[in-house]
Amino acid sequence: MGVLRQLRLRAERQAKLLRCLRKSASLRTIQNRTDLIRPRDALVFTTLRNELVRLPYFLDYYRAQGVRQFLIVDNGSTDGSAEYLAQQRDVSLWTTSASYKAAGYGVDWLNHLLWLYGAGHWVLVVDVDEFFVYPFCDTRPLQALTDWLESQGRRSFGAMLLDMYPKGPVTAQPYVSGQNPFEIARWFDAGNYTIRRNPEYHNLWIQGGVRQRVVMAHDPGKAPALNKIPLVLWTRKYAFKSSTHMILPRGLNRVYDQGGGELASGVLLHAKFLDTIVAKAQEELQRGQHYARSREYRAYEDTLARNQDLWCEWSTEYINWRQLEILGLMSKGDWA
Amino acid sequence: MSAQTARLGVVILCHTALRRAAQLARFWLQADCPVVLHVDRSVSEADLQALKSDLGAHPLLRFSPRHRCDWGSWRLVLASQEASALLLKDFPSVGHVLLSSGSCLPLRPAAALLAHLDAHPETDFIESVSITHADWITGGLSEERFTLYFPFNWRRQRWLFDRCVDLQRKLELRRRIPAPLRPHMGSQWWCLTRATLDAILTDPNRTRYERYFRQNWIPDESYFQTLARLHAREIESRSLTLVKFDRHGRPNLFYDDHLQLLRRSDCFLARKIWPEAERLYSFFLSDQAKGLDPVTPEPAKIDRYFELAEKQRVEGRAGLYMQSRFPHADSATTKSAAPYSVFTGFEHVFQNFDYWLGQVTGARVHGHLFAPDAVHFHGGARVWHGAISNSAAIRDYNPRMFLTNLLWATRPERQCFLHGPGDVMDGTLSWFMATDTNAQISVIRGAWLLGLQDAPGSDAEKIARAGLLHRQEQDWVENLNSRHTLARVRIWSLAEFMQDPSARLSEIVREIAGEAALAAHGVPPLRAADGFEPFLARLRNQGLPAQVLKECQF
Repeated sequence: MGVLRQLRLRAERQAKLLRCLRKSASLRTIQNRTDLIRPRDALVFTTLRNELVRLPYFLDYYRAQGVRQFLIVDNGSTDGSAEYLAQQRDVSLWTTSASYKAAGYGVDWLNHLLWLYGAGHWVLVVDVDEFFVYPFCDTRPLQALTDWLESQGRRSFGAMLLDMYPKGPVTAQPYVSGQNPFEIARWFDAGNYTIRRNPEYHNLWIQGGVRQRVVMAHDPGKAPALNKIPLVLWTRKYAFKSSTHMILPRGLNRVYDQGGGELASGVLLHAKFLDTIVAKAQEELQRGQHYARSREYRAYEDTLARNQDLWCEWSTEYINWRQLEILGLMSKGDWA
Repeated sequence: MSAQTARLGVVILCHTALRRAAQLARFWLQADCPVVLHVDRSVSEADLQALKSDLGAHPLLRFSPRHRCDWGSWRLVLASQEASALLLKDFPSVGHVLLSSGSCLPLRPAAALLAHLDAHPETDFIESVSITHADWITGGLSEERFTLYFPFNWRRQRWLFDRCVDLQRKLELRRRIPAPLRPHMGSQWWCLTRATLDAILTDPNRTRYERYFRQNWIPDESYFQTLARLHAREIESRSLTLVKFDRHGRPNLFYDDHLQLLRRSDCFLARKIWPEAERLYSFFLSDQAKGLDPVTPEPAKIDRYFELAEKQRVEGRAGLYMQSRFPHADSATTKSAAPYSVFTGFEHVFQNFDYWLGQVTGARVHGHLFAPDAVHFHGGARVWHGAISNSAAIRDYNPRMFLTNLLWATRPERQCFLHGPGDVMDGTLSWFMATDTNAQISVIRGAWLLGLQDAPGSDAEKIARAGLLHRQEQDWVENLNSRHTLARVRIWSLAEFMQDPSARLSEIVREIAGEAALAAHGVPPLRAADGFEPFLARLRNQGLPAQVLKECQF
């Protein structure tokens, strides 16, 4: 690789960090409990808007994995999310009414909080509808994974997004706060994912799943990216480039083996397709704050309005991480 | 205090997770085994005091002088020497000394180990392998550990370490191994008799040997292992402590979910245990095992478990493309998950070819998977294993991965499909199949003309179409004829094939399903080719180039 290219990538990363600093000016501290963070704690970083119904299960899920603190940006919720979060003893909360879109879909805010509080910690950057599954997650806490990754000299860990959906219309089974969303959205597409390698940033670009099969079938190239690198041992030099799909410096994007071997990887179970998506899609369409003029939400509304079933006869019902491993969606690599 | 002191003394070297070290010390003390703790110098005074007050004073407990023991350093040997000497001096009844660490965990009750040692009072349990059999080593130098100088730290000064080794190799520098030592290596966790340890510690040449070993690389794996060969009466060259190394020579960690696996070990201790593995510690350090049915030791099972993990990391699962396994196009791995067969032109020559093929081979026979309008899955299914859609748009977005996904999702069932010049002929896909060892590709060139004859439309339309199909077929055959082709490829012209259709077809099918199936089902009837000759003549007379037709007359 040329020196020029390297310099350009570095300049890009530094510009990104500066931009995040600028964008973070709109963040207002509601509750700062970061003084409670201990040196080796794993931290969750999230940005959200109007997700009250999802919060109890989300927080408990990651608490059970051993996460010690949640650092959350609330983007102007009106449903009481902020009030609920401010009461939690392990949540630090910031709020902003600035544009989600102008802040790189929230990435700028999180990058800045990561810069302030993430350095030296394993950070898990997820949305409230994303649930991290890693090898042995039913018997080993998150710290076992991060300890092991560190002993292997790894600083980033990939976990692709796996869209989960219910059988029948999404509105048929209403989600109740505190409920495990995968009691309803129990199904997924096991083997229709396509991958390309991004020659510029060296990440893999993964598309497919139910969103390509049903929602974006007419234009598969526009199906959303499913590759994610949500778990990183952070330093102040790092920055997420676009959501957690890509990170700089780009060496962190190499969460895969190119010689035929398998690196350990996980999955983010994506509980997007619950009854809550109908209201969400309408709200987001009005706000127009999502990627590519909220193309995706428009397609959801279209698909869901027709009451189309996302389920098909070859959908797979979720059991556990071992099942995902056997299907080849994730790998334990050599973590025995 | 107990009336009696056990015959086993235990040295525990610890530097982190001190509460675990305290638990281990208590375990041995309860069995009346004297314990010497070596707490690494890097541990803070406060933490040390906390450990001491946690353990309290105990007549069988000692702390040995502290050293800072970096990985693989001489000080590890020094700490072991001093701690063992202290044990031997303060507890005259001790007959065996066990060297362990703060992340070792006893797998059986102390009484079991004591009984084992009582039965073998003269035996030294130390893995000690001659360096002429250097298989023992994973990831690192073997004989050169003994013959080169190692002034630099491997972990902190890797570059200097490597250059220094290179330089000595180049200059052919060699250190002399002091006589009469014969270098041996092995696990650093041993259990030696008082007699052997005494002999090592009081050897008149100890200073001379030490001067030599200080320069060695990882002397904690060679000092005692070599000297035991000099002094021991009876060596059992097998450590009592189970350690599983990965390919970089780093020990694998044991977690709570390894409990059943560890119960099957035939060793007395295991390392390394992840310090937070609460269930392992509470199980093995208590008498919980008494309540359970005994298990027969199956150490091979443990080996197998870790070998499989290692294999998955290094080789991976063939034909799988996913987020953490994405082999280069030119990597040496198998490209697809299972063998498959591709047929070009056969459906035009034989009646009900796909149905017959399914019957005779038991394989899954699809139609044209790459047809322009849609994926023609078996039985016209709209979606297949893995939730693969029959949408042509989705398939054409990445045809190569459409195929690899299908083969992965349906393994080990053999997939067969029709593929011809009328299909979407993606260059990447054709090349992929041609260079895939799992592919069996059989082509009847020009058979598409038979199909064209039956197709609706005017002759003029057919001529236009013939040009396109001919070009597509040429591309396809060109890929298959490349010298880089690895697939099992058979290509006939229609004329060649028709000389003996049943023999040619049998040859292919025999490769898939064997002779018996073929004998049971026979060969499918040929399609009627009435009017083919006049059809070709008509096309020729209306301007189709003769070269397109010349291989088709039969």
